[in-house]
Amino acid sequence: MRNVLTIAGRELRSYFSSPVAYVLIAAYLALAGYFFFALLTAFNQTLQIYSMMRNPEMLSRFNLNQMVVVPLLHNISVLLIFIVPAITMRMFPEEKRAGTYELLLTSPVRVGEIVLGKFLGGLVLVLIMVVLSGMFGVLMIAYGNPEVPMMLAGYLGLALMASVFLAVGTLISSFTDNVVIAYVGALFALLVLYTIGWLGETVQGVAGGLVRYASITEHFSEMTKGIIDTKDVIYFATLLVIGLFLTQRSVESVRWR
Amino acid sequence: MIEVANLSKRYGDLPAVRDVSFTATDGQILGFLGPNGAGKTTTMRIITGFMPATSGTVRVDGFDVFEQSTEVRRRIGYLPENPPLYNDMSVAGFLRFVARLKGVARSEIATALDRVLETCGLTGVRERLLGHLSKGFRQRVGLAQALIHDPPVLVLDEPTIGLDPRQIIDIRTLIKTLGAKRTVVLSTHILPEVSQVCDKVVIINDGRIVVEDQLANLTRGRSLEEVFIAAIGREAHDGGHGAGPEA
Repeated sequence: MRNVLTIAGRELRSYFSSPVAYVLIAAYLALAGYFFFALLTAFNQTLQIYSMMRNPEMLSRFNLNQMVVVPLLHNISVLLIFIVPAITMRMFPEEKRAGTYELLLTSPVRVGEIVLGKFLGGLVLVLIMVVLSGMFGVLMIAYGNPEVPMMLAGYLGLALMASVFLAVGTLISSFTDNVVIAYVGALFALLVLYTIGWLGETVQGVAGGLVRYASITEHFSEMTKGIIDTKDVIYFATLLVIGLFLTQRSVESVRWR
Repeated sequence: MIEVANLSKRYGDLPAVRDVSFTATDGQILGFLGPNGAGKTTTMRIITGFMPATSGTVRVDGFDVFEQSTEVRRRIGYLPENPPLYNDMSVAGFLRFVARLKGVARSEIATALDRVLETCGLTGVRERLLGHLSKGFRQRVGLAQALIHDPPVLVLDEPTIGLDPRQIIDIRTLIKTLGAKRTVVLSTHILPEVSQVCDKVVIINDGRIVVEDQLANLTRGRSLEEVFIAAIGREAHDGGHGAGPEA
């Protein structure tokens, strides 16, 4: 555990000792803020139109959660597809370039500890981002009345999804010594993971069910609706563990070439 | 104590090291010589556990480098060909990180840090960023990270490369001092360095050991240059096998 924390600490510090972390956080918050603003304006406008029409029945159907929180969380999740690979792309390529890979692999630490340490370092940065985007939720609570438990479930879903993205990015980054390949590879993998559910709508039978289960958006959607189901949590946890396990195998296998 | 026995390593079809055996005992500084691409770095990477051998064994202080890898790594200080430095860290910060990584007890890290800063002449650049250091200082930080956990075995891959003449003398003196109680394997191209520092010489050519003897025995009546040329010359003339004629 000490080794894991040592490596995680160095990883995290390396994000903040360069402009990387600040640029990523700023870009993330600026875009998420823009999404929030756009959604909120659209919500207000719709609300005004329907109050002018004096249609209380229609009016009651609109609520902040459905019209702002859920789409905001979905938009942020798309944003993370582009942001997370920028965090993971340096993890292994930079070590290989600087020769510090040799230092890590000849130190009395296990490969699993190296992988876990790097993942945890990146995870702290990703969670900082998710928590900071919680300010939109706080604003809504301050000036409106969204359903808080539902929103919290949504943010939990976002955090879980971000962790899975990070595990996938970590895995891809362990394959290469080139940051561009690490970025594009992770972006590709995440987009496939995100859009695989589209097939589920057309494919029939068992295969269709399987594809729908594999789709990360399916499980995320459930959580944004405020439903924390064990099967969704297990899905995220499984992907996470598989990602990290494969990374461990991949780093280990480099030695055998 | 390092015992290398029948070590072979292939990269795919390309044999890098073939049936290499040698030993280095405590208190001995072994000079590991050979032309570029002879298999020096590969051999050192196997000894330090960075990569496994295709066949053969390496024992460090009696521990098998493959079976008891963690024990071996605890006992080895390794300076790779390029000093492994994180450019965004300070000298002291980096050495503290390496100390934790090498398993130095929390309470002893400060002492260990002061000791290596002192021995490697780094006290003045303690808080400087590694990315801002000159090549000579980077090399010394590389040496400091290899020494931080006070290992009984040192593996140094071309430790004096890129240093100015004065720094070279400093580092050689340092290695000689370190070698008094430790086992040191040192690879180099610089033959005078071997004559000055080493007790034992191993010459590797085209993946094979061609000479293994005490320096004193080898240089009886002839210079180390002559020994080296004679050893590698035999192979060089019929060149074109093994690593191939890529030159």
